[in-house]
Parts: sequence; structure tokens; C-alpha cells
Amino acid sequence: MQKVIMGNHALSYGAVVSRAQVIPAYPITPQTEVVSLLSELCADKVLDAKFVKVESEHSAMAAAIGASAVGARTFTATSAQGLALMHEMIHWAVGARLPVVLGNINRAMGPPWTIWTEQNDSLSQRDTGVLQFYCESIQEILDTVIQAFKVSETIYLPSMIVLDAFVLSHTSENCDIPDVKLVDKYLPPYKLRYKMDWRDPHAFGGLTSPDWYYELRYKIELAMEQAREEIRKADLQFKKMFGRSYGLVEPYRCEDAELLIVSSSTIAGTARLAVDELREQGKKVGLLRIRVFRPFPCDEVRTILKTAEKVCVIDRNISFGHSGIFFQEVKSSMYNSQSHPPIFGFIAGLGGRDVTPDVIKEIVEYTEKHEKAEDKIWIGVKR
Amino acid sequence: MKLTIPEIELMTPGHLACQGCGATLAMRYTLKALGRKTMLFIPACCWSVLDGPFPYSSLEVPIFHTAFETAASVASGARAGLDILGDKETNVVSWAGDGGTFDIGIQALSGAAERNDNIIYICYDNEAYMNTGIQRSSATPRLSWTTTTPAKHPKVTPKKDMVGIMAAHRIPYTATASIAYPEDLIRKMNKAKNIEGTKFMHIFAPCPTGWRSPPEICVKLARLAVQTKAFPLYEIENGLEYTISKKPKGTPVIEYLKLQGRFRHLTEEDVESIQDAVDREWEILLRKAEATKGFVKSGDS
Repeated sequence: MQKVIMGNHALSYGAVVSRAQVIPAYPITPQTEVVSLLSELCADKVLDAKFVKVESEHSAMAAAIGASAVGARTFTATSAQGLALMHEMIHWAVGARLPVVLGNINRAMGPPWTIWTEQNDSLSQRDTGVLQFYCESIQEILDTVIQAFKVSETIYLPSMIVLDAFVLSHTSENCDIPDVKLVDKYLPPYKLRYKMDWRDPHAFGGLTSPDWYYELRYKIELAMEQAREEIRKADLQFKKMFGRSYGLVEPYRCEDAELLIVSSSTIAGTARLAVDELREQGKKVGLLRIRVFRPFPCDEVRTILKTAEKVCVIDRNISFGHSGIFFQEVKSSMYNSQSHPPIFGFIAGLGGRDVTPDVIKEIVEYTEKHEKAEDKIWIGVKR
Repeated sequence: MKLTIPEIELMTPGHLACQGCGATLAMRYTLKALGRKTMLFIPACCWSVLDGPFPYSSLEVPIFHTAFETAASVASGARAGLDILGDKETNVVSWAGDGGTFDIGIQALSGAAERNDNIIYICYDNEAYMNTGIQRSSATPRLSWTTTTPAKHPKVTPKKDMVGIMAAHRIPYTATASIAYPEDLIRKMNKAKNIEGTKFMHIFAPCPTGWRSPPEICVKLARLAVQTKAFPLYEIENGLEYTISKKPKGTPVIEYLKLQGRFRHLTEEDVESIQDAVDREWEILLRKAEATKGFVKSGDS
């Protein structure tokens, strides 16, 4: 079914066609439309699910964990302060090896209060072990929810689907909402290998000494490594059945590019436009959009950056005391590889400051003009 | 002699509890009442540890260990999950200590109660954060020693009225119970498991280790707490109608306090003030029971 929907609703419809069974959620701008539509669809019995109106985001993730542990497919969504409040329980979902799928609207952290887009909230979950998918379009959001359930339920780790506040959450695009019966063929019912069941009682998550804990962490990392292959497989199968695929990274005009822009989310979308305009001027520019941040696509990054003469990474985030986070990850991926193009790190768009095609061109120009790479160039700071 | 409680044992030997642990009796009796079709959601507390380390468990029901503040929220999610999967029978039980209930877990508990989620929330109360080494909680009684309320700086605030807080949510059933009165405990658990909605059970479970008492008097302490009215046994239906389970003749509270090292520093004035408070609370409870008799049946709820 074709429908013009907003980014937030793509998350909702993704959960609907994936037959999410339990949705514990708490409102926060700009996520509210995700859950209010789901609440309506549950009430109208379009979706056969239990909507649990929890009293905080921490409880939302805790309830999601409880539901998943007894064998129900679980979905929730949040943003910024809410995601930060969930942090402890994201660790818990990972350690408990539960395939909860979480939508996060990238919103800058307060104080001061803000509702506009920035990536620090989701990137602060970097080391927890949750998979992270950064979306550029509304169709991609919906499709990624379905793919995420499939991948998470194969490797038993939770997934987080990320979209920019307002720029993507509140803009509307035409979207294909797949037929739920077709999705059923792609995404089988959730089967938990070990679940809470009185017929087969076990204790989950009990006190574990150093003699055993280390191997459990090793197994989580093995699952992350397996995730790379599972994401590829899921994406390939998705293409066969639904005609769309995205990959772990999305290269655009990279084959003969001399200068590569690396970015994510809607900045990547804007960069696409800038690349076309720059190409018309005769510049050999390309764009590498990083879609999957965890597990980080080191191989793909190395392969594509191999032939570049210069690279500029645009981060709508910053790890205070160091530099942009995608920049750090790209740079460290390249260190042990054969080629070492200069990699420039740009900070732009924090707190929802607009990143236009002109800003992208300014970034490209700076990169062209400077020989030596710089770790941290702030774009557009008012002095 | 006829056994007046169920014979079934769902708790096995090999757990790691201290000698004389009241929390073990609380669990054992509870499981006798609730039976095998039960799952426990246990936040950080003594029972997180005493069940046994991985790969062991001393219970024959499934346990999900969860973060400190989440006993109620994880249970709410599990209930929703079981319900949507068609299982409305299995008892979903939060099993938490006083710290995880009165303090850090109160938000999640209030949320679940407000939603009237169909769970049994059981707090076994040993009146401090015992698992981490006897720090005060809001369940610690006034003037009790703990490591964070030393004798020179005792706790001056009263024990939080958690049962009153739960009753204010108008949940279908709230009750206090004691390990010294197993038949009463089991009767109340049976009642709870047959009610739909949120049930809150407050079990008094002494900790001789933390209370600085000899381990062999654990049950005696629990009995004295009831007999001196320091821990009254009662039930509340729909948060409105109060029914007192036991009306003790009246033993002075000093008989209870003098057996515990945590009260060793009390002066005569201190004991008097504690007796006054106990008497006052008991009088209020009596009046509540009198004033609300028949409320629920008459449809005033």
C-alpha cells in the first residue's frame, strides 16, 4: 500500500507489519507520533498488541525486556533524555540477549532544553552492544524496522533504528507499506531459544563469577560479528522480496571519486545533492553514507576509502574532549589498512543547526584547500 | 500432627542465605501458595545472590534477575507478553526487598499499580539494604542503627507507610504478612493469586545478621513484631476496606526491641517514644478498620 507518511509513522507501520506484540512506551518530543499512532492501531485492533503506558523510559525498556523474555516480540521508541534514561536497561537487554527493537529520534541532549536534531543521544549508547541503524529516508525507516527484527531475532541482540528529529521524523514522503502477509514470509514468528517458562524453570542473569562472565562477553561480540553477515543476508533477501536494499554502507558516485564525503542520516541525503552539483562543476566527489554504525562496517569503509585521495567526515555529534564520533571510527578503521588518505573531521549541525548543500560545499572546499588533515573543524560557529 | 500448609516444596537446599534468614522462609511459604505456574522477577536484593550463583538456582520456578529499580516494570512487560501469547494463568510475581520497593523501585511499582497490571508484587522487608551491608532504607524503623545511620546519627524519620501508599492507588488487594504466621501468609497469597489486577504483599522477614540478633530467634523476632503491634497484620481491599488479621493482647514493644543489637543504643525515652508511635498507629488502624467495614461490599469503591 502506498501512503504519504511522516518519518515517525514509518516506525509505527514498521512495527505493525512486523507484528510487534508488546509496545511499552513513554512520550517525548519528537517521538510522540510514533506511539500515539501505535496506540490508535492497537485500540482499533489493526495491530494485535498490548500497549503498555509505562511511567518512564527506564520502565519502557524494562517492560520490553520482560515481554521479550517470555517470548513476545517487542518494540518501543524514544529520544534524547528518554534514551539516556533507558541506558542502563539497554545494557540489560544486550546482556540478557533479547531482540528488542527500539526506534530513536536523534535529538540533542539538554540542558539547555532543545528538541532539534543531534546524534549524541544514540552515539552515547555506542558501547552497550545494541545494533545501530542510521536512516536517511522514510522508506528506509520502515524497511529497517522489519530487517532489524529479523537480524536481532537471529543473533539475539537488540537493535536501535535512528532518525533525525524533525528533518526526518516530521517530514513526509511517499512510502510503500508492505503487505503484512508478505512480511510474514520474510519474518517468521519470534522464537526465543531459552525463555521464561514454568515448564522449564531456569534462573536468568544470576551472579556470575569471572570464571564465566568473560566468555559471555565474548559471545556477545561473536554475535556482533555474525550480525554483519546477517544484516547483509537480511538485506539481500529483502531486495528479492520487496525490491529494496540498503547495505551496511551506501556509496554514491565513489568509484572514481578523489574526494570522499563520509556521513550519515539526513546530512548524507543533503550531501547527495551537493555531490551532484559539485560533479557538474567537474569535481570528482563521492559520498559514503554509513547506515550501520554498530557493528561498524570496517571492511566496507576500508574498501571504499582505499582509492580516495582525501576524505572528509561530517559529524552531527561530538565526543567532548576528542572529536566527531563517526570521524574517530572511520579513522581508526583505516589505521591498520594499506592506504592512508588524509581524513578531515568536521562538526556541523549540532542542536539542529541547518546543514544545507552550501555547508557541504564549504566543507568540501576546505578539505580541497588544506594539505594536512585536521581532526576537528567546527562549521558555522558564530564568533 | 496435621500439616496446615501445602506440602509442596519449590525451594531446594543449597541456597546461600545467612543462618536464620527470614527471607528464605518468606520465599518458601509464598511458593507453597502460588505453586509451580509462577515466574519471579527479582531485582537487586538478597535473593539476587542467595538463590545461588550461575550455573545454579535453588528454586523450581523460573527467575529473571533484573536491575534494581525494575521489579515492577519488568513484571508489567512480562504480564503483557504472556497475555498476548494467550497465557493468563501463570503467576507473574515481582519479588523485591524493601530497598527495591520503598526507595529505588517505587516509581515502577506506582506505575504498575496505577495501570492495575495483573501482577503480584511481593516485598520481603528486612528493613535495610542488607545485601550491600546493612545501609538504611526508607523501611528502616525510626531510631534503628544501620551503617549509614550510626547510633550517634540514628534514623529520625519513621518507617515509610508503603502499604498506605499502595492502598492510595486503589489496587484490589494489599496485605501485610509475617514469616511467623505461615498459615496467614499462605491464605493471603492464595487470595491474591485469584484476584485480577495489582496485588501488593508486604512480608516481614527479619534479618538476624543485619539486626544484630542471634540467628536462632529469627521467627521469634517476627512473632514479637506482630505481638507488640510493631508490625500489624491486616488486609486492604480496593484500597478502602481495612481488615485486621490479628488483634494481639498487647506486649510492650521493649520485649521486641531488646533482642536486637540494632536497638541497643536506645534510651528509656527512645523506647517510650517508640511505644507511643506503635500505640498511635495501632489506634489509627483500629479506627480505619471500624470506619471502613463493609465499604467494598456496599459498592462505595
